[in-house]
Amino acid sequence: MIDYLIAILIFAGIYGFVALGLNIQWGLTGLINLGQVAFFAVGAYTFALLSKAGVPFLLAVAVATTLSGVFGAAVAMFTPRLREDYLAIVTLGFSEFVRLVLLNEKWLAGGPDGVAGVPRPASFPGLGSETSFLIVTALALAFAFWFTRRIERYPIGRTLKAIREDEGVVTSVGKVALAYKTKAFLLGAALAGLGGAFFASYLSYISPDMFGPNVSIYVLAAVLIGAQGSSVATLLSTALVAALLEGTRLLKDYITFVDGVELAALRLMVLGLALIAIVMVRYRPGRP
Amino acid sequence: MKQILEIKDVSRRFGGLQAVNKCRFSVRAGSITGLVGPNGAGKSTLFSLVSGFVRPDSGEVLFDGNHIEKLSAHEIARLGLRRTFQIPRELKQMTVLENLLLVPERQFGDQVRSVLLPGKRVHEEERINLQKAQGVLEMVGLGEKAQHPAALLSGGQKKLLELARCLMADPKLLLLDEPTAGVNPTLIRHLMSVLRRIHASGVTLLIIEHNMTVIMELCERVIVMDRGQVIAAGTPAEIQSNKEVLDAYLGGVSA
Repeated sequence: MIDYLIAILIFAGIYGFVALGLNIQWGLTGLINLGQVAFFAVGAYTFALLSKAGVPFLLAVAVATTLSGVFGAAVAMFTPRLREDYLAIVTLGFSEFVRLVLLNEKWLAGGPDGVAGVPRPASFPGLGSETSFLIVTALALAFAFWFTRRIERYPIGRTLKAIREDEGVVTSVGKVALAYKTKAFLLGAALAGLGGAFFASYLSYISPDMFGPNVSIYVLAAVLIGAQGSSVATLLSTALVAALLEGTRLLKDYITFVDGVELAALRLMVLGLALIAIVMVRYRPGRP
Repeated sequence: MKQILEIKDVSRRFGGLQAVNKCRFSVRAGSITGLVGPNGAGKSTLFSLVSGFVRPDSGEVLFDGNHIEKLSAHEIARLGLRRTFQIPRELKQMTVLENLLLVPERQFGDQVRSVLLPGKRVHEEERINLQKAQGVLEMVGLGEKAQHPAALLSGGQKKLLELARCLMADPKLLLLDEPTAGVNPTLIRHLMSVLRRIHASGVTLLIIEHNMTVIMELCERVIVMDRGQVIAAGTPAEIQSNKEVLDAYLGGVSA
């Protein structure tokens, strides 16, 4: 039971990186991104291939984060005029593109077989591998949280919020909106990549089917529940989504009238209903 | 007489509509110049062309003697040519103060790396910008609204906020698009005194306005546009008695 709790916490932490990243892009800057899983995948695969090649943990994490960020910046620069639904479609398409490349290019990362045997960082003395990994994840997440919180509160966060509200105003005060949008996408993608590195390391095995659009949707739900913009709310709602997704697995001991497959569907229904309920309460008409 | 803005044969077509057609006039440095004309005359389009939000199809625009017709909007803004919008574009979910703090250029805190460094430099920079923003808000009469969300301002106060946002940048030339439209008479008096004060501090003003009282009282020179072209220019008194101008406004029924 405690092992299972640790696993849920680690998953919540991993999704936390991805959601914090999406919060910079969408929550703060207003750039909808339905393909956050693409950068998560780039991070995971980069880390997996590098660390299997013997690159030390921290260096592999750093490279995975950076490369994901580069991909994010590239997507932003190729879509300078896109907003809202158009950007949503392009990012969703991009994430499917990344998944299909990973699936079909066998030379790159094993194709459908994925990459197995991804190492974890060395355990702390006297602690188990799981607990050690939880501590490392928590430390990294604390850093990511501190970073995004500062982005929010610093003048750069103000400029990003201004872009969310009216890009024309940002231009009219002499700032290059595209440069800020690129930075927002870069940072958000880098955080997703960081999460991807931890994901690969924790599971020790990754394959393309783990990087479907549902991952993007889960973090989107987390940011939406967190009311877009606050890192604190984003982390809390990510924990909530993880708890709903993973925690409802525990129900199988208590709910005997449904079988495993039905329960899996039920979990998603619970998440969907919770999402609808929360959005109805949070986004009442007339709220500024 | 030094001209701060020279517009030379600027044209712009939108599909079948020749919005601005070989428009040509200049604005003297240190003046308050009015730009009037019936609806659809191309005044606001001309503002967008001058401020770089829309590219002219042909023609030249000189600001302070330099060509700006090929520059982008943010570059023109940096040169000290700022504009307000006809419909105020306040950043609704941000406070009045934040709307102004957005403006200062080259803020260190506006760079990603500032986030990773100790906060001292950013806090010091913010303190200075905050002082300036408070000063500007006092000047336009929004001092007490600093912490209010911009969405809660009245129509006239939003106009003042747009003005304040421009002033944060110490502009040389301000293009004001209907600063008194939809503003109640009391606030119009206040707005006019604010505009006079801005002018007195050395800023050149070019004002699109339909309120003739405002034009007559403020402007030393008035330019009249109709169908994308300048049809008359002169002192307010001259313009008021100009037959072509009356025709343009009244559709040929001469008074």
